[in-house]
Amino acid sequence: MSEHIVPTKIYMGIFVALLLLTALTTGIAYVDLGAWNTVAALAIAVVKMLLVVLFFMHVKYSSGLTKVFILAGVLFFAILVTLTLADELTRHWSPTPSGWGALLPFSTPFY
Amino acid sequence: MSTATLDVHEVPTGSRVNYLNAQYGVKSWLLTTDHKRIALLYLASITLMFFVGGFFAVLMRLHLIEPQGALVQPETYNKLFTMHGVIMVFFFLVPSIPATLGNFLVPMMIGARDLAFPRLNLLSWYIYIIGAIFTLYAVISGGVDTGWTFYTPYSSSFSHTSVIPTALGVFITGFSSILTGLNFVVTIHKMRAPGLTWFRLPLFIWAIYATSIIFILGTPVIAITLFLLGLERLLHIGIFDPAIGGDPILFQHLFWFYSHPAVYIMILPGMGVMSELITCFSRKRIFGYGFVAFSSLAIAFISFLVWGHHMFVTGQSIYAGLIFSVLSFMVAIPSAVKVFNWTATLYKGSISYDAPMLYALGFIGLFTMGGLTGLFLASLATDVHLNGTYFIVAHFHYIMVGGAVMAYLGGIHFWWPKITGRLYPDGWARFAALVIFVGFNLTFFPQFMLGYLGMPRRYAVYPAEFQVLNVMSSAGASILGIGYLIPLLYLTWSMRYGPTAGPNPWGAKGLEWQTPSPPPTENFEEIPVVTEEAYDYAHTTVTRG
Amino acid sequence: MEQQREAGSLGMWVFLLTELMFFGGLFASYIIYRALYLPSFEIGSHLLEVKFGALNTAVLIGSSLTMALAIRSAQVGRRGAQVGFLIATMILGAAFLFFKFTFEWHHDYIEHLVPGFGFVIRPEWGAAGAHVPMFFCFYFFMTGLHALHMIIGLGILTVLTVMAHRGRFNPPYYSPLEVSGLYWHFVDIVWIFLFPLLYLIGGRYIGGGH
Repeated sequence: MSEHIVPTKIYMGIFVALLLLTALTTGIAYVDLGAWNTVAALAIAVVKMLLVVLFFMHVKYSSGLTKVFILAGVLFFAILVTLTLADELTRHWSPTPSGWGALLPFSTPFY
Repeated sequence: MSTATLDVHEVPTGSRVNYLNAQYGVKSWLLTTDHKRIALLYLASITLMFFVGGFFAVLMRLHLIEPQGALVQPETYNKLFTMHGVIMVFFFLVPSIPATLGNFLVPMMIGARDLAFPRLNLLSWYIYIIGAIFTLYAVISGGVDTGWTFYTPYSSSFSHTSVIPTALGVFITGFSSILTGLNFVVTIHKMRAPGLTWFRLPLFIWAIYATSIIFILGTPVIAITLFLLGLERLLHIGIFDPAIGGDPILFQHLFWFYSHPAVYIMILPGMGVMSELITCFSRKRIFGYGFVAFSSLAIAFISFLVWGHHMFVTGQSIYAGLIFSVLSFMVAIPSAVKVFNWTATLYKGSISYDAPMLYALGFIGLFTMGGLTGLFLASLATDVHLNGTYFIVAHFHYIMVGGAVMAYLGGIHFWWPKITGRLYPDGWARFAALVIFVGFNLTFFPQFMLGYLGMPRRYAVYPAEFQVLNVMSSAGASILGIGYLIPLLYLTWSMRYGPTAGPNPWGAKGLEWQTPSPPPTENFEEIPVVTEEAYDYAHTTVTRG
Repeated sequence: MEQQREAGSLGMWVFLLTELMFFGGLFASYIIYRALYLPSFEIGSHLLEVKFGALNTAVLIGSSLTMALAIRSAQVGRRGAQVGFLIATMILGAAFLFFKFTFEWHHDYIEHLVPGFGFVIRPEWGAAGAHVPMFFCFYFFMTGLHALHMIIGLGILTVLTVMAHRGRFNPPYYSPLEVSGLYWHFVDIVWIFLFPLLYLIGGRYIGGGH
């Protein structure tokens, strides 16, 4: 992490931005966007996270190694979510056999 | 005198101050921040846990001599295999090489005086001990019978055994792993000696680095999983509870997300030791350094993508099963790369058959068998037949015991002179290695056959037609047990009565061999400057001394 | 010293990665059950008070600001400001916990919305009612784990405030502040995600959810 001293003005600016984004995400929840409500809420949360990470946590002024570490962590979290969802959401795609007889005509091709 | 070597022949051995005699007294050990002393604290602790876990294994094999069980009630048998698994996995295999050889060697191999965070290192050990105490308490207070995998809903709702103390013990010890991994990663990034670029590092360091990545990213997930399990057991409601829509299989996903990479935690450091042993005892550079280095990273990464292969028959979606099956085949590739490269290193090498090399050669064969049988299990169709049988038990014991434990013993023997300043009796060491090899195969090869023939695992009784193979396996286990006791005896003996060792009894390359045996507390008088590549056996004649 | 500072910072980032995966297991489970039981999660979410969630979000963001300013004060060598900002951070953190425990958790307990402690499934929830306790399991586990991290953070801040008061931190040496700041900001980020994921499911518009 560098010795870079961030000016107070920038910190205040980020603070105000974070408050505005909080108000935005709260306000959007009262508007009907269907499935996009969730997308909007997550997008705003990601922006807020980036502001905190880059400025309050000084990652904008940090070495590349720090950034690589953070990305690696996010990647592995994504792996956990994705592959587990791959099971949980596709459980009911294949029929549940009922009894041994159901297995006999197992000639259904797999495509 | 160059800065990279220390002319130790001028120093009278035995009268020199080293890390072992620099300070005396219990407090100097229990409050040490010297990575070498901490490594020995771990060595003592995990050796104890190994024999506790081994004791449960002995009881199991005695019980299985007869089809209806020879020793204990089925409920007790369930506790035996659970405690054997919990202790061996979490309290022996996971910390084994990293906490002992890793702690001792990482700073020395990179030319540093200690790890990045020495006090955190000591804290790691204390956390391990506290976790071990909780688990041993669970053993004494009646044991656990859920299997080391703690599957819900049995563990969360139905078992009447000491689940929470055991889970708490494992949870706490997990933090020991996390802190150790954190320490290694920062140390390797930030504290390498001048001239020691990444591609001049010993491959042991690459292996420890890859292992540390798994420590850091995987262990927290089992921590939260066991935490959730404990909460559900306490509150009688939770996220795995079908009554409120919970999915017990979710527990398995979360559990195996760590526990599969965990098995690579157990083998990767062993592979690192292998690279050191094979090169030294063939007196050759490693074949394909880059490939071996990157294969460690590849194993660490891909290991996080395959956990569902433990769940092919639990009700997991077939589509997820397909994905996990393909990925599981892929994870075998970097391991195979390593085996090819070690073998190529042996080719036209000048081979010597000291005890560490015997362990290394045994590793190549036994790990390969374990790895190949893993492919049977990665394939969905064959796994349906083999899952839940002794085939799986044999598969993972070939890798964990035939692989990891043998690499651990090989490493302990290899670096023993450096750690203790003593030589162990060579004849006994080679004899013990052979006894272990024979005992191991006699114990576990019959189990492949038993599994293929359909004998289920975790059963206290079995059909009479399986008795012959079971008796063979139990006979092998008794030989194996004796085989493990022999090094315990002569290594302990050597600490007091063994001949003193010079700085480099094997004539090996590596910064750790350029210090006296045992090393001084600060490791190096001057921090070395590295100018040559790793394993440069061809270009300099290093004699045994 | 520079290398030590970098090592300390890198070490804290590595620790935060472990925290990411620790919370990650909970978040991953939450994502799965939300996907499976969206109507139940909407019902549960609507029973939370957005105003407290939003207020607490603002409070935590403020505490991150004061923490950053505390570190900055050490970087420019102003001891009084350090202590002042650290105390402000602690006050805001304590306020967060106060609002959460008294206005939210206590209220939920009285309303029989705490699983394992007299949870009552209300008939007006209909068929989705059976899985509403699952939402509240996540609500209490996630905010509880987060609160535990805040309490630990307050402990760390107390120690730091005492050290700052004694003048331990100045331009060449302030890495404990910096490293603790990273931890505090991480806890803030967890809440930044918890707020929309717990309080704003399914929207709050008239006619609610989908």
